[in-house]
Amino acid sequence: MTDAPLLDVRGLTVEFETDGERLRAVDEVSFAVRGGEIVGLVGESGAGKSLTSEAILGLIPCPPGRVTGEVRLRERNLLALDEAALARIRGKDIAMIFQNPTASLNPVFRVGDQLHEAMALHLAEPRPTLRARAVEILTRVGIPSAATRMRDYPHQFSGGMAQRVMIGMGMSCVPSLLIADEPTTALDVTIQAQVLALIRRLARESGTAVLLVSHDLGIISQMCDRVLVMYAGRVVEEASIATVFRAPAHPYTRALIDCLPRTEATAQLGTIVGVMPGLRALPPGCRFHPRCPIAEPRCTKETPALRALGSGHRVACHLASNGAP
Amino acid sequence: MARQLDVEGGFAPQATTAEPTLATGGLRRWWRRFARNRGAVFGLGVLLLIVVMSVFAPVLAPHDPLAQGVGPPLQRPSLDHWAGTDSFGRDLLSRIIYGARIALVVGVVSVALAMAIGVSLGLAAGYYGGWLDIVVMRAMDALFAFPIIILAIAMMAIMGFGVVNVIIAVAVGFIAPFARVTRADVLAVKEEPYVEAARLAGVSGPAIIVRHVLPNVLAPIIVQAALRVSGAIITEAGLSFLGLGPPPPTPVWGSMIAEGRNFIVMAPHVSTFPGIALMLAIIGLNLLGDGLRDTLDPRLRR
Amino acid sequence: MLRFVLSRFGQTVAVLFMASVMIFAIMRLIPGDPVLMMLGDDFTQDAYQRMRTKLGLDRSIVVQYVLWLGNVLRGDFGDSLLQHERVSILVWDALVPTFVLVLASLVVGMLISVPSGIVAAMRKDSAWDYGSMGFAIFVYSMPAFWKGILLIWIFSVYLGWFPAMGYVAPWKDFADAVWKLVLPALTLGTFFSGLVARIIRSSLLEVLGADYIKAARAKGVRQAALVYRHALSNALIPVVTVIGLQFGALLGGAVLTETVFSIPGMGRLTVNAILNRDYAVVQGTILAGVLMVVLVNLAVDLTYAFLNPKIRVA
Repeated sequence: MTDAPLLDVRGLTVEFETDGERLRAVDEVSFAVRGGEIVGLVGESGAGKSLTSEAILGLIPCPPGRVTGEVRLRERNLLALDEAALARIRGKDIAMIFQNPTASLNPVFRVGDQLHEAMALHLAEPRPTLRARAVEILTRVGIPSAATRMRDYPHQFSGGMAQRVMIGMGMSCVPSLLIADEPTTALDVTIQAQVLALIRRLARESGTAVLLVSHDLGIISQMCDRVLVMYAGRVVEEASIATVFRAPAHPYTRALIDCLPRTEATAQLGTIVGVMPGLRALPPGCRFHPRCPIAEPRCTKETPALRALGSGHRVACHLASNGAP
Repeated sequence: MARQLDVEGGFAPQATTAEPTLATGGLRRWWRRFARNRGAVFGLGVLLLIVVMSVFAPVLAPHDPLAQGVGPPLQRPSLDHWAGTDSFGRDLLSRIIYGARIALVVGVVSVALAMAIGVSLGLAAGYYGGWLDIVVMRAMDALFAFPIIILAIAMMAIMGFGVVNVIIAVAVGFIAPFARVTRADVLAVKEEPYVEAARLAGVSGPAIIVRHVLPNVLAPIIVQAALRVSGAIITEAGLSFLGLGPPPPTPVWGSMIAEGRNFIVMAPHVSTFPGIALMLAIIGLNLLGDGLRDTLDPRLRR
Repeated sequence: MLRFVLSRFGQTVAVLFMASVMIFAIMRLIPGDPVLMMLGDDFTQDAYQRMRTKLGLDRSIVVQYVLWLGNVLRGDFGDSLLQHERVSILVWDALVPTFVLVLASLVVGMLISVPSGIVAAMRKDSAWDYGSMGFAIFVYSMPAFWKGILLIWIFSVYLGWFPAMGYVAPWKDFADAVWKLVLPALTLGTFFSGLVARIIRSSLLEVLGADYIKAARAKGVRQAALVYRHALSNALIPVVTVIGLQFGALLGGAVLTETVFSIPGMGRLTVNAILNRDYAVVQGTILAGVLMVVLVNLAVDLTYAFLNPKIRVA
């Protein structure tokens, strides 16, 4: 791992114009991903994590969206690039896989052709070479009879198989960063573990960094080196996995961990009172304060900034200190 | 739009979800949504205009539409005759106004007739399924295979010409679409829990159909009806144009266009004004139908 | 796929059978005694009886139907009262110009509607969008016969660019045929395009919002390829079914257009036959018309099944 981060996100903000209102879905998000790391981005539905990951690759339609800030990939600001330059980066330097694998494949094209296309767009090698490599990739991700399966259509693949294909497609040009947006949410629990293991294995083998977006803290804990917790469009905590589970500093993070089902016979699953605020009704000050068990008057007025608590540990809370109640 | 089952009898739709249904005050909400579509409002305006023209024709028309020689023949639009005169010296504006009557009557009555028959068939076929469904649907497919004009022409051959026959002929042509649309929705509604509950409660088949199924499939049927009225008017105009409609000298837009065809060079207004009237009516009704579809059928909202 | 094809074929046969019953019923319902009409001045009681027996009119209605169906299947539609010609020949001669007109109209219609629908979808809610969709509604709502007259007035009488009537078979003189077909094909084609443009627009909009387009963009596919290769190949498939559904309307429009432009097709044949009470011809044209619609629908369904991998490769 080098010192300069691979991906450096600074002040990323995503806004939408609808019906005359301007809503801010992602608010000044900053974080960095180093080469080879697996970073998790966790938060409830609607917290803005998917939008953050899509904004990195410029996938947000702009009108009605508006993306500001900086997303540096090795010193180049992706947000300042035009479509053509971005298209060269997508799939090659940064690849992305999505939540619904069968829906992510074009129903009228053969799977082999789509896999071939992913490589042909970026690699200058001759067709037969790429086609052979496509078969190799399918085998490597665990698709049996890869050569025949190349000629099949997406609807002939199960969810788990399709996601393997997507992973293969994403890794086909050996990207520096793989963004995985809820890759297992739509899959059976039994398949989830296999797919996650596949991602981790392939990433480690090629030194690809992974940004894993999920609402499931359990998955994040199995896969990631580091985690970012998002709430209502902002990052509220950032720490290594060990730190987050040993000494979570933000009340929201603590509540999330409490919600994880445990193997001991505890009476009830934890819950967090209330509901994450919608974009039109964001509370003043700290956005979590209406649901926070330790909120003070200060929290309703001043928005807490992300501050360092220790090495690699940042928190956006007025009252946090390492391991404090 | 979930509706509650009222087992006692008497249909009383109750909204169980937040969205009010049409019958319970959703009308105002629906109107606001509808009114935002300017095309649809224009269409509604056109429909109202046609109705007014039809009903108040004797008052609005400056001359007797059948009276020949009220002005020099083939005269261009002038102050005396805003739309000019035709080859018999009849006032074109009056004829156009009276022509709205036939258009409206044929359009509405034929669609109403087709709706009554088609919807009944669709309800029966969809609800009871089985052989009834297969036979009815194949018959509808067969009926659908007849291009409407050709079917209408065939029926006129049997029945002779005239307004009533045009209405029947057009109605027969439109039965199939109504049956199909109704049946498709009935198949979906049939699986809903409240229908199941009614069945278990012992409510008879026809009662279920009328009280529970029908109100829930009404929306797309209304949309179809609105869209078909314009089709009916076009078909009637086409038949009149071919000479198969109400006999002269009845003022009908279609035959007026046909009459004017011979004078297209020296007196284009004879064909043009009825044509414009017809076109406005069709455009208006199509926009109205589109507007209704966009507001009434939630599945099709863009 | 095979199962689908077989079931569609079965359905087609059933529909044709039902339609034949309907046509037979219609023909039988026509008032007037056909035998009397055919004999005309040669009427004698004897001849009447003989003719009735010859035509099978003294047998039961079911037997009559079977005999009739047998004739139809053999291509014998009877003889025209007016033109003393076999109906099947008359119908065939009339079918060709109608078919050519419809085909030309389909081509014109697609040429107008596909770019129009694409532009409207790509620039949604812009002036382009409202403009092309407004135009689409406009031409779709204009009655075909009036549109034809209008086009004649502008392009033929006023500008003198195209002829107001007439038809020449394309294989006899291609240039002349096209020249004569321009106005009629525009008349019918714009009607078709008005319908299809709106469908292409909404279909394309739906496809563009799909996950696989987003995933393809994330792969690095450029905008042009995204729209014209990835999106359109999905969006145009439902359009095929529309052609089938609207073919009946198209045929009806052809009837009117032929009348306006004096094209010797099915329309003119049918209308003249009705006005002259030449019922054998009417029956022939109805049969031909229904057959065309049903066959086109079958072709459309099969094409759709071929284009949609979910059906083609079960």
